[in-house]
Amino acid sequence: MHIPDGYLSPQTCVIMYTACIPFWVMSGRRLRRKLNSRLVPLLSIFSAFSFVVMMFNIPVPGGTTTHAIGSVLMAILLGPWAAVTGISVALLIQALFFGDGGILSFGANAFNMAVVMPFAGYYVYRFLNLTRPKTPVRQALNAAVAGYVGINAAAFVTAIELGVQPLFFKALDGTPLYCPYGLAQTIPAMLFAHLTVGGIAEAVVTGGVLLFLRRSMPEIIVDLKIEAVA
Amino acid sequence: MKKIKGLWIWVFFICLATPAGLMAGGDAWGEWGRDFFQKVLGFVPEGIAKYSGAWHAPFRDYNIPGFGEVTGYILSAIAGIGLIMGAVWLLARGLSGKNGPQD
Repeated sequence: MHIPDGYLSPQTCVIMYTACIPFWVMSGRRLRRKLNSRLVPLLSIFSAFSFVVMMFNIPVPGGTTTHAIGSVLMAILLGPWAAVTGISVALLIQALFFGDGGILSFGANAFNMAVVMPFAGYYVYRFLNLTRPKTPVRQALNAAVAGYVGINAAAFVTAIELGVQPLFFKALDGTPLYCPYGLAQTIPAMLFAHLTVGGIAEAVVTGGVLLFLRRSMPEIIVDLKIEAVA
Repeated sequence: MKKIKGLWIWVFFICLATPAGLMAGGDAWGEWGRDFFQKVLGFVPEGIAKYSGAWHAPFRDYNIPGFGEVTGYILSAIAGIGLIMGAVWLLARGLSGKNGPQD
């Protein structure tokens, strides 16, 4: 889901950076209020966890690959506003040092994976948690569903950004200048990869880690509730 | 802080397992290089040719020069974590003013 440089027109890149700015500013403001607490190490660890989880590429039928992201887990544990910054940092390090995702397209990647995904997942989780009973297993299942929905929301938005390129940006002879595939190709391709393999991976990571923390490090969960930047 | 150290140990073990992610061959959908378009479309879209080299990441594809693929991948995971810790620390320092975060 890491859009490389050259797939999006410079205009699209500017729009996507602009779309991120209010979220980055708001996230920074909300984090600032909690900085005297233990939020900084927690932000580091879940940002690091997300970075590492993204290295586990999983094959998708048809010859491509996908991976879990960890945005929804971070949104559930630390709050969606903390996830905006935490995941943006992981994506920035990936782009700057490892060439995973472009620099021009960093705004788009951050919008998809550090804004759309944590918020979509977080609100799905909150909604599902309105029901009873609130057992640890039930909450982990809710988190798994939230992870599944979150990554697919991000994949869908990514598909739109890529798919509109040939509509708006082509040479005089009609040759596409950037991503050459239209919405009719990008949406099915991105959703196929994430409704199947990617979504399941995200569900397992989100629900699994939540259950693991609750079972073996319940004191962490208590701490995390205190730190959450909702 | 002890509890957070426990979490770091888990993350370290996950780093050691990252080479499992190398077994999946091929790129993610929409993350191909120029060669892919040359092969599939017979041409490279102009913007992709122009901007795909806009930035030269030092450890492209999680390769560390001088190390094998597997070792380089694990080292990339560890280096990435170090860079993230540094970036979060700098950000926290920037947000909280000159003295950096307390605690």
